Amino acid sequence: MNAPAAAPEPAAGGGIARGETILEVRNLRKYFPVTEGLVFQKTVGNVKAVDGVSFDIRKGETLGLVGESGCGKTTTGRCVLQLDRPTSGEVVFEGVNLEQLSNQELTPWRRKVQVIFQDPYSSLNPRMKVGSILGEPMRVHGIEPDPNRRKQRVAELLGVCGLPAKFADRYPHEMSGGQRQRVGIARALCLNPDFIICDEAVSALDVSIQAQVINLLEDLREEFDLTYLFIAHDLSVVHHLCDRVAVMYLGKIVELAESDELFDNPLHPYTRALLSAVPIPDPRVEAERAHQTLKGEVPSPLNPPPGCVFHPRCTLAVDGCRGALPELRELRPGHWVACTEVS
Amino acid sequence: MATPQALIDTTDLDEFRKPLGRRLWDLARKQPLGTAGAFVVVLMAVAAATAGIITPFDPERASLQHMLTPPGGQFLMGTDEFGRDILTRVLYGARTALFIGLVSAFVGATAGLVIGVASAYFGGLFDLIVQRIVDIFLAFPLIIMALAVVATLGPGVENVIIAIIVPFIPQCARVVRSSALSIREIPYVDAARALGYSHTRIILRHMAPNVMAPFLIMLTYFVGQAILLEAVLSYLGMGVQDPTPAWGLMLKGAAVEFIESAPWLSIFPGLAITLAVFGFNLFGDALRDLLDPKLRSR
Repeated sequence: MNAPAAAPEPAAGGGIARGETILEVRNLRKYFPVTEGLVFQKTVGNVKAVDGVSFDIRKGETLGLVGESGCGKTTTGRCVLQLDRPTSGEVVFEGVNLEQLSNQELTPWRRKVQVIFQDPYSSLNPRMKVGSILGEPMRVHGIEPDPNRRKQRVAELLGVCGLPAKFADRYPHEMSGGQRQRVGIARALCLNPDFIICDEAVSALDVSIQAQVINLLEDLREEFDLTYLFIAHDLSVVHHLCDRVAVMYLGKIVELAESDELFDNPLHPYTRALLSAVPIPDPRVEAERAHQTLKGEVPSPLNPPPGCVFHPRCTLAVDGCRGALPELRELRPGHWVACTEVS
Repeated sequence: MATPQALIDTTDLDEFRKPLGRRLWDLARKQPLGTAGAFVVVLMAVAAATAGIITPFDPERASLQHMLTPPGGQFLMGTDEFGRDILTRVLYGARTALFIGLVSAFVGATAGLVIGVASAYFGGLFDLIVQRIVDIFLAFPLIIMALAVVATLGPGVENVIIAIIVPFIPQCARVVRSSALSIREIPYVDAARALGYSHTRIILRHMAPNVMAPFLIMLTYFVGQAILLEAVLSYLGMGVQDPTPAWGLMLKGAAVEFIESAPWLSIFPGLAITLAVFGFNLFGDALRDLLDPKLRSR
C-alpha cells in the first residue's frame, strides 16, 4: 500500500449534487470458488456469479437491475454494499473506491449506503423490539446519543414509513409482512443514507401491499433526496419506479437504457424475450399475440458458454457469437446493448 | 344479534385465560418426566438453601459417642465413622454440588456459546482452526480430561470448577456452532453488517440470543454432568477435600470399608447423586422438547 494516508471519510451532508454520478461500478467480478479436499482445499472451478459488470448511477435517479433468478443481481448488490468483497473490479462511491478500504475504514461509509431486503420475515432480528432495531444504529454511529431524542427519532421514522409510534414496543413476530417491510425500510433510513439498495424489496409482499410499499419508496426518494438501486424481477414494477434499467443475464449486463426506451424499444434478443414473457392483463390480446419463448435452460455459471453467454439460446446467433465477447455499445443515445447482431 | 365479542374467535386466547396453576398442571400432564425432573431440581435447591434450618447438626463436627449409628431415631440416615449425621451431610452436600454444578455449567456453556457463534460467524480459516482444536478436546473422555486438569492444578473447589469447565467448552461450542451456521445466513445478520456494527456486537447481540434454545438445553445437561464429575473427582480424592460435605467424598474411605456392616454410609449419598443427575437430565430433555418446535410432541 501507499504511504499511511488517512482513510477517506464521507463528506458531511450531500457531497454530490443532483444529477452527478454518485456510484460507479467498474468491471465488477465476483467468483465463488468450488473446492475439493477436506483440509488442503484446492479450487476446481469458479461460479462466475458476476462477471464484468459496469454501470453508474446519478444522484437522485433509480436504476433498475432486472434478470431471472441466479443471474447475479443480488450478488451485484451485495458487492456494492461490501457484504461480499468482489473478486476484482471497483465500486466507487462519491469518488472513493470502497474496495481499497479496510472493514474499519468502511464503517463511516456504511451510513451512506443502506439496504432493504426481500424477505421481511427474516431480515429483522426476532429477539429485538422495533424500537431497538431502529435505535441501535443511531447509538452505534453516535448520531443520536441521547436516549430520549433517540426514541423521538424512532417515532418519527415509524411515522414517515406509515407506522404508528407505539410499534416501537413490538417484536417483529407481532406484525404483518407489510408492517415488517416498513420497519425494514425505516431501518435503512435511520442513518440518513444517500443511497439505498432495494434487493427485491417488494417481491415477498402481496400485490396490494406491494403498491403501498412502492408508493412509500417513491415518496421517500423525494423527501430524503435518495438514490436507489432497485433489484427486481417484476418488470412492471421496475417500469413504474425506475429511471433507467439494466438487464442482466448470467453475470453480465446485456442491455442498459432509459426505462421507457427499454420497454418500448428493446434491442437485445434476451430483453425482447424477457419483455414478451410479461403477461398482458387482457385474455383476448394475450391469446392473439405472438410469444417469443426461449429454448433451453440458463447455462451453468460454473462453465458459461464461450463468446456471448446468450448465444446457445439466441434467435439471432451467428458463428461470430461463439468467438468474441460482445462489448456494450451505445446504439442510441443512452441505450447500451451487448450484442453484435442488432443495430 | 351476536355481540361484537362473540364474533371474535377467541380459541387461541383461551390458553392464556387459564389461571397459572391450571396451565402448569396441563404442562405437567404433557411432560410428566420433565415435571419429575423439575421437582428434583427444586427439591435440591430448597435443600441447599435451607440446610442450616432443616437440621440441628453441624456437618463437619465429629461426635465420637454416635459413631456408625444405623438409620432411625435421632439420625434418619444414620451417622458416619466420625459420628456425623449423614442426612445433614447430604443436605449440605447439595449446596456444594449445586454450587459447583451451576457455576461450571454456566461458565462452560457461556464460553462455548461465544466460541461457537464466533466460529460460525467468521467462518473460513478461523472456523477450521477452532473446530480442529474442538475435535482434539472432544477426543478425550470427559473424566480423563477433568482428571488431567485437576492433576495439574491440584485439588480444591476452585480447581474442580475449572477442571469441569474445560471439557464443557468444546462440547457446547460444537453444538452452538451448528445452530449459529444457519443463523449466519439469515438476512438480519447481513443487515447488521450493512449497518456497520462491530463483529463483537453482531456475535453477542444479534447471533447469540438466537441460539438460546440449544444453549439452555446444554446448560441444564451440563449441571447434571458437572454434579456427576464433581462426585467422581471427589471420590478419587482429587476434588473437594474433607471435611467439606460433598457426596462423592462421602462414598470413599470408610463407606467402602464398611459397605457390608454399615451400608447406609454409601446408600444415601449415592442415591442423592443419582437423583440429582437424573433430575437435571429429565429437566433438560423436557426443556428441549418445549424449546424445539420440530421435536414438540403432538
